[in-house]
Amino acid sequence: MEAFVRHRGRCLLLDRANVDTDAIIPARFLKKIDRVGFGELLFMDVKQKDGVPVPDFPLNRPEAEGATILVARQNFGCGSSREHAVWAISQWGFRAVVAPQGGTSPGFADIFRNNSYKNGFLPVEVSETFADRLFAAGGGEVTVDLEKRTVTAHLPDGDVTETFPVPDGARRMLLEGLDEIGLSLHHVEAITAYEQARWEPGVMQV
Amino acid sequence: MSKTLYEKIWDGHVAAALPGGDTLLYIDRHLVHEVTSAQAFDGLRLHGRGVRRPDLTFATADHNVPTAGDRLHVEDLLSRTQITTLQRNCAEFGIEYYGMESDRQGIVHVIGPELGLTLPGQTIVCGDSHTSTHGAFGSLAFGIGTSEVEHVLATQTLRTTRSRTFAVEVEGALPVGVTAKDVILRVIRDIGAGGATGHVIEYRGSTIRSLDMAGRMTICNMSIEGGARAGLIAPDDTTFAYVAEGNRPFAPRGAALEAAIERWRTLVTDAGAAFDKTYRLDAAQLLPQVTWGTSPAMTTDVTGRVPQPDEVAFVNPQDVERAIAYMGLRAGQPIEEITVDVVFIGSCTNSRIEDLRAAARILEGRRVAAGVQVLVVPGSHQVQVAAEAEGLDRIFTAAGCEWRYAGCSMCLGMNPDQLRPQQRSASTSNRNFEGRQGPGGRTHLVSPEMAAAAAVAGHFVDVRAL
Ligand code: SF4
Repeated sequence: MEAFVRHRGRCLLLDRANVDTDAIIPARFLKKIDRVGFGELLFMDVKQKDGVPVPDFPLNRPEAEGATILVARQNFGCGSSREHAVWAISQWGFRAVVAPQGGTSPGFADIFRNNSYKNGFLPVEVSETFADRLFAAGGGEVTVDLEKRTVTAHLPDGDVTETFPVPDGARRMLLEGLDEIGLSLHHVEAITAYEQARWEPGVMQV
Repeated sequence: MSKTLYEKIWDGHVAAALPGGDTLLYIDRHLVHEVTSAQAFDGLRLHGRGVRRPDLTFATADHNVPTAGDRLHVEDLLSRTQITTLQRNCAEFGIEYYGMESDRQGIVHVIGPELGLTLPGQTIVCGDSHTSTHGAFGSLAFGIGTSEVEHVLATQTLRTTRSRTFAVEVEGALPVGVTAKDVILRVIRDIGAGGATGHVIEYRGSTIRSLDMAGRMTICNMSIEGGARAGLIAPDDTTFAYVAEGNRPFAPRGAALEAAIERWRTLVTDAGAAFDKTYRLDAAQLLPQVTWGTSPAMTTDVTGRVPQPDEVAFVNPQDVERAIAYMGLRAGQPIEEITVDVVFIGSCTNSRIEDLRAAARILEGRRVAAGVQVLVVPGSHQVQVAAEAEGLDRIFTAAGCEWRYAGCSMCLGMNPDQLRPQQRSASTSNRNFEGRQGPGGRTHLVSPEMAAAAAVAGHFVDVRAL
């Protein structure tokens, strides 16, 4: 897995809540059996209508060029378990996505969050105030520091920093770019012991 | 110490507690389908790894399969490749595979329970977010991504962390014409599309207890639409009777079943166990629900109207405006004035025999409105056979519906069953996202009864008035 320690980049603002995985990558593109070529398919049915690019969709605007951090609103990545959504965003060129927790809604849907960690891509949950300031500033640069668990918006009137949540296990994997399956396989004895001790209501093969 | 049902299942499946707080959670059943597995099998090959427990892994083809014409012939090359890739991977790694030619084929969340693979107290995962369906049996079941599929194939465990708990309590008798689908749509409408994120929901209360397994599966199926990691219902006599029924080749039988039921009876939340969150719903007040927007939380009563942009909890006014525009509606428009072009009765939410019977009761002796296309798609091959044995297929075709083969079909439009741009559907599926049923398509989620009623009327109607 690709490591993630610290990244500073320009952000692209997508002022929408509940961005779902069908929007990120429509189902008809899930027929591929490899992991590459998803970048150009990102937001396909939102960025173009009837084959014509929607000019004011952020991904079609000049500032999208070179942006590496996507900023959206609550509950980003809700919907299906398709990891293709993370592949599409990261292959397009983003390294992280920032979204606020607000009201009862979290920044990210659970499965999207997990899928991100597995791909060296970082979901960064921030406060609503933090996101609002980025939107108000119309963008700018952001630094995500996984080591310190901080995110900093470099705004015209100065830097704003806050911490963001990331599970310890995922953080370690990301910092060191570890092979998670390989590490889990070190526990094969514990797994075997569990299998031998457990009760199973008999799989009756027919 | 008192524990919730979730905590009991979790504690019973910890294969290893890792430093840093992660758990290797043992997985009892790993269900696999064609769309999210190919890259995982590639990963195994790349690292020279095998499948640890092929005997606990089961695969079927459902998302891409055709539901009309020659069932065995997949026209689309990419779809065909994806299906044959799964078939080859299963053969290579020794995994049971139910392909299009198998009489056990069907939507993965329909066949698991049907074959007796889904049992109380298990952990079940699948590269599919609606794996939450299986929670209706009191099993901890949730969707995972492709990297996690690879992890489970290699280790039979998942590296994960514990969720918080959420009690959804529904009390009272459901009014006539109000179904399990209306309960869950109402819950999501009330808690919001992200309201249960980070939580596992346990559905409790007299309303839930009175539902059959099909209704319970409908409710657990849509847990993910409220953001929940999983949905659970404690197993009871209704559950045990389902497991004991007829032809469930993987369920225990005889003395083994008796012994299992003894254990399963302990799968309840202890009195005094605490939930992190609670939400209560009075079933007696419920009306049939219809979604008007592009998130399952954008729902209202059939007697209601499309809301004004500032009237919707949890959603910013500009997102409401965008949803209304996408749906081709106007704020204030009565729901019953919305006309439909297509009606889809199917998907892992509502394609079981009970759902088809409910739709058939409405359609019997009636005709589909002129110009409306109605697809009825059984959830599995076995559901299809059962429905035909009861004559439901003839009721549907006599009314002017199309009776199809089993598969995901128009739930997500990976096969030819898709809405055309701007076409509007009444659908018994679980997602009304933009483009979900085909690019530009407009989806309204409803119960099977409400879908059938809309088919007859040509627009949404209150099924209670029919
Ligand atoms: S029926 Fe729909 S929601 Fe269910 S597994 Fe198939 S595509 Fe997913």
